[in-house]
Amino acid sequence: MTGLTPIRNVMIQTTDLRRTFKSRKSTVEAVQGVDLNVAAGEIFGFLGPNGAGKTTTLRMLATLIKPTSGDATVAGADLRRQPQLVRQRIGYVPQGGSTDPAETGRGELVLQGRLYGMSGADAKVRASEVLAALDLEAAADRGTGTYSGGMRRRLDVGLGIVHRPQVLFLDEPTTGLDPQARARMWDEIRNLRALGTTVFLTTHYLEEADVLCDRLAIIDHGKIVAEGTSDQLKQKVAGDVVTIGVDGSGASVLTLVESMPFVREASHDADAGLIRLYVDRGETAIPHLLRSLDAAGLQPTSISLNKPSLDDVFLRQTGRSLREEAA
Amino acid sequence: MTAATGTASVTSTTTTIERNPRMRALRDTWLIFRRSLVLTIRQPTWIIFGIMYPVLYLVLFGPLLDGAVRQAGAGVSAYNWFVPGLLIQVALFGSAFVGFGLIAELRYGVVERMRVTPMSRTAMLLGRSLRDVVLLMMQALIMIGLAIPFGLHIDAAGVAVTLGLLALIGLVMAPLSYAAGLALKSEDAFAPLVQGIVMPLLLLSGILLPMALAPDWLRFLSSINPLTHAVDAARALFNGDWGNSEIAIGVGLTAALAALAVWVASRAFSRANA
Repeated sequence: MTGLTPIRNVMIQTTDLRRTFKSRKSTVEAVQGVDLNVAAGEIFGFLGPNGAGKTTTLRMLATLIKPTSGDATVAGADLRRQPQLVRQRIGYVPQGGSTDPAETGRGELVLQGRLYGMSGADAKVRASEVLAALDLEAAADRGTGTYSGGMRRRLDVGLGIVHRPQVLFLDEPTTGLDPQARARMWDEIRNLRALGTTVFLTTHYLEEADVLCDRLAIIDHGKIVAEGTSDQLKQKVAGDVVTIGVDGSGASVLTLVESMPFVREASHDADAGLIRLYVDRGETAIPHLLRSLDAAGLQPTSISLNKPSLDDVFLRQTGRSLREEAA
Repeated sequence: MTAATGTASVTSTTTTIERNPRMRALRDTWLIFRRSLVLTIRQPTWIIFGIMYPVLYLVLFGPLLDGAVRQAGAGVSAYNWFVPGLLIQVALFGSAFVGFGLIAELRYGVVERMRVTPMSRTAMLLGRSLRDVVLLMMQALIMIGLAIPFGLHIDAAGVAVTLGLLALIGLVMAPLSYAAGLALKSEDAFAPLVQGIVMPLLLLSGILLPMALAPDWLRFLSSINPLTHAVDAARALFNGDWGNSEIAIGVGLTAALAALAVWVASRAFSRANA
């Protein structure tokens, strides 16, 4: 079931990964059987509301907590049997920061390089490279306590890539950043992909999942409810909505469009004088529609296309809106 | 650039992994020790309070005790009795609260960041604990130096062994404190717990007043407190009383407890934080 993509180089693969937290009073099944396939070199997004199990899954894959059951392979190493190998090959950027305010950015990077096994000289060279790449040179020798939120988050990413990992895990990389810092973080993440790094990130921002990620999985209550590219998800679940304005000729237009093969569903709102069609791809459907209407001598007063958002996908799958959850 | 070529270039990292786990642990311990020491020295508050606290005892409590001893007509310097106990007290308090710093590091995310690296888990503990021991040695040397003008007589070899004993006390208390910090993760829970353990240890150790004054039940409780034996050992060492069997008992007991504490705490660091 998970071996359907033999051609692509699989970087992360999980099979029925589960994690249960037990406390005195209750048992919480935070992750309830996650199957994932992340290809080498892609930006993979894990989208879901707070408490959906995103961070728990990420922390399992980063060797921070042990799975209750299930298996995973990360960067070619078995998560359960070779956690040291996994650690050597991955980078992990936690959500709440990872630096000591009294230490300088450079000091943190050099130490991190050394903890990954570099010599002192190599670690210094690499720290300078990372500082330059992330545009932190001016602040390199200041305590990280003086950094802005965006700078600190870039340094966190720098700490995650010091050892040139094959996979970088980012937990909510842009939460709490202003729009400018967020756009900048997206650029850094794309740069990493350009260098061949696989990026696995969690987010509860729809736009981030939509714009940044090559593929994504939507998780809710510890289960994956949808997986694919943003476009695939939107098509599979919702389809595009085409709205045609009709003046009195509604019944004939409805009959006509219902006979067209690419229309999934159509409805007539007589009061508003509108026909609503659900189609797979709105931008290719509209020229067809216009030609057919014209040939039948019907004149629409308006035509508009609405693309479904990832929120529509989430809404269809879970009955709730992610926008409301995030607010 | 295709994903495949990109990945290939990424795998050829410049890192040279230390294959021997023991060498790796030593190297990582040194790295963590150095970092912790530098960061501590950058915080002037530690320097001020770490020195001020024992000095206050020496200046504001020492003369009182000295007067009391003179009145009793014991004919010895109260400082030779008081300073070794005070050193043990400093070692106890100085290292029992180091878990506070770890809780801060947990909150900064520093500990988690290091856990994701392949570094030695024991080194996370030992690097920090050795920093605490070094700071403790500095405090102790300053205190001994300051106490000499007050009338402390020292036996050089005895002082050297006492410093070793203090280091062992640091290696009992600091690892336990770190383990408690890891488990509790909150200062609010940590402070009362440590106070609740350290205060009885202190009161039952005979550091402040001789246990000879105590009723039998209290003296019994004191005799099963390992710290009492460390205090007795330190006093014998300061006086050059090498024939005293308390030296071997105090040092031996503390060394055994240090080994146990390091073992327990390094297990706490190794466990995945569930």
